[in-house]
Amino acid sequence: MLTASNITFSVGNKSLISDISLSLAPAKLHLIIGPNGAGKSTLVKVLARLLRPQLGSVEYDGVNVGKTSELELAKCRAVLSQAIEVAFPLSVREVVMMGRYPHFGGRPGTTDEKIVDEVMQHFDVTEFSDRNYQTLSGGERQRVNFARVLSQLWYDASTSTSSGRYLFLDEPLTFLDIRHQIDFLKKIRTFTDSPSVVTVGVVHDLNLAARFADQIVLLNHGRIVANGAPSAVLTSERIQDVFEVTPTFVSTEHSGMQLIFN
Amino acid sequence: MTTQDGSRRALLLVLASLTLLVLVASLRYGAIDFSFADISHALGSLFPGHPERTLDQRIFLELRFSRAILCLLVGASLGVGGTLMQALFRNPIVEPGLVGTSSGAAFGSAFFFVLGSAFQISPSLWSLPIAACVGGVVSTYLVFLLARSREDGRSSIVMLLLTGLAVNALFMSGIGFLSYIARDPQARSITFWSLGTLSGASWKAVQIVGISTILGSIVALRYAKQLNALMIGEEEATYLGVNVNRLKWIILSVNVVIVAIATAFTGVISFVGLVVPHILRMTGGADNRFLIIGSALMGATLLTSADLVARICVRPAELPIGIVTSVVGVPVFIFLLRRRQYVY
Repeated sequence: MLTASNITFSVGNKSLISDISLSLAPAKLHLIIGPNGAGKSTLVKVLARLLRPQLGSVEYDGVNVGKTSELELAKCRAVLSQAIEVAFPLSVREVVMMGRYPHFGGRPGTTDEKIVDEVMQHFDVTEFSDRNYQTLSGGERQRVNFARVLSQLWYDASTSTSSGRYLFLDEPLTFLDIRHQIDFLKKIRTFTDSPSVVTVGVVHDLNLAARFADQIVLLNHGRIVANGAPSAVLTSERIQDVFEVTPTFVSTEHSGMQLIFN
Repeated sequence: MTTQDGSRRALLLVLASLTLLVLVASLRYGAIDFSFADISHALGSLFPGHPERTLDQRIFLELRFSRAILCLLVGASLGVGGTLMQALFRNPIVEPGLVGTSSGAAFGSAFFFVLGSAFQISPSLWSLPIAACVGGVVSTYLVFLLARSREDGRSSIVMLLLTGLAVNALFMSGIGFLSYIARDPQARSITFWSLGTLSGASWKAVQIVGISTILGSIVALRYAKQLNALMIGEEEATYLGVNVNRLKWIILSVNVVIVAIATAFTGVISFVGLVVPHILRMTGGADNRFLIIGSALMGATLLTSADLVARICVRPAELPIGIVTSVVGVPVFIFLLRRRQYVY
């Protein structure tokens, strides 16, 4: 369980998010939506404790993360961001292994090697194992990064305890084509269903958000406008109000309600 | 163990053997050549019960041997320093000579030599290295302060290089001034500081540089994993559990100390720290654990070879070693500058 209480984060005297309180449950996919500049990315970074709020607190399973060390936090919290550039030539396996860094001291142990193998298989990047990350395409890179991020949280029955794990998505789908976007969301959906995983992320496409989220947080001007099930949050008036476009709802056979913008 | 690990291990083994090989060559050849028999007799005289040492044996032990070891250590320091700087700034064209550390350290040492007595500083074994470190810290800090962009607090590589150029010029003219006003004929010449030489080697120098090189490399190795994480960006490294600010401070300090102390005894030797990590990355990838060990070995090998060239090509005189390293380093530097993918 992730709890945020009255968090405010400002730069200079401009608040990017103000007085936000949220409670995010395990095994549910939470997606944050909102127009540009609404504070979505800031909110994710505060929840993941990259940024420390001036007011309020963030708790993972009742523990205030304000005082947790970077290393302790990294054992249970991972963040998937957009388009990671690597400064030097690294092999794909080396990049994925970075996800295990918080879990070993000097050299990777057998568990780490095993988890990396499993995760690389899961994301279909085993064939790139020895390739230079810098030579991969955008979609391939993001698959590798996803493998890296999940290897950080991977559940290994023999060693891990079933304490909470926290996955954050900081606009990871931005530079991907539609097939990859759907593919990634399906994988995230599946991962969220594994034991005690809290997932929260930012996604731009309202239709994807509506289709995959259990809970949608609608943000505008740094404040929560609505928070709840997609069908409850995404109403015609709210969308018009917040995004300043008029939607039409179309019902489809396979993917439920779809939005078309006029 | 992956295939990459295996080939890296093999590469390090080759480098270690090369280091030994050039060490032997460097002991053997120079202004005068020593045969292997001479060398083993000289080394034998270190043990108790030896006959009186001959002049040649004393030359070997006091000059040649200490110089060869100092050369290994300084080369290792410069190589590791280059690797650390490049990892820290995520860019393969920074090195201690370019961002002011070396010239600042040289200025600090020259200042100590020329004006130290005027300030009544009682010199101890460590006062020269401390003066060099102070100079290195001041110049490096100056470069990063001035190169920082006003908007986001980060420094672009172009700004870094240009500011480094300016600060280098400043400290070099400072050294010029000091050598101009030096009364003491012992105060070393400007050529010594700006082009570097190992002719001033002594066992005392070996001792001090040895301590800083070995301790510095051990600390650096402990942070190799965190430096790897930095390769994917500061935010991402934080997500992987790295305290980025702390890491930056530690690595920058280690770098300044090992480079400054080496410079205190040899003057400014450029381009070793640039070329070494680059060649290693091309052959064995960018893992920093491998790079730190490899650049210590390869830096030692390269500088010892350069010193050998410097001693042999105009013997019985010798060239400043910086001339030799620049001849090799400048083309590599220009090649790197022109590769667009590295400039950001």
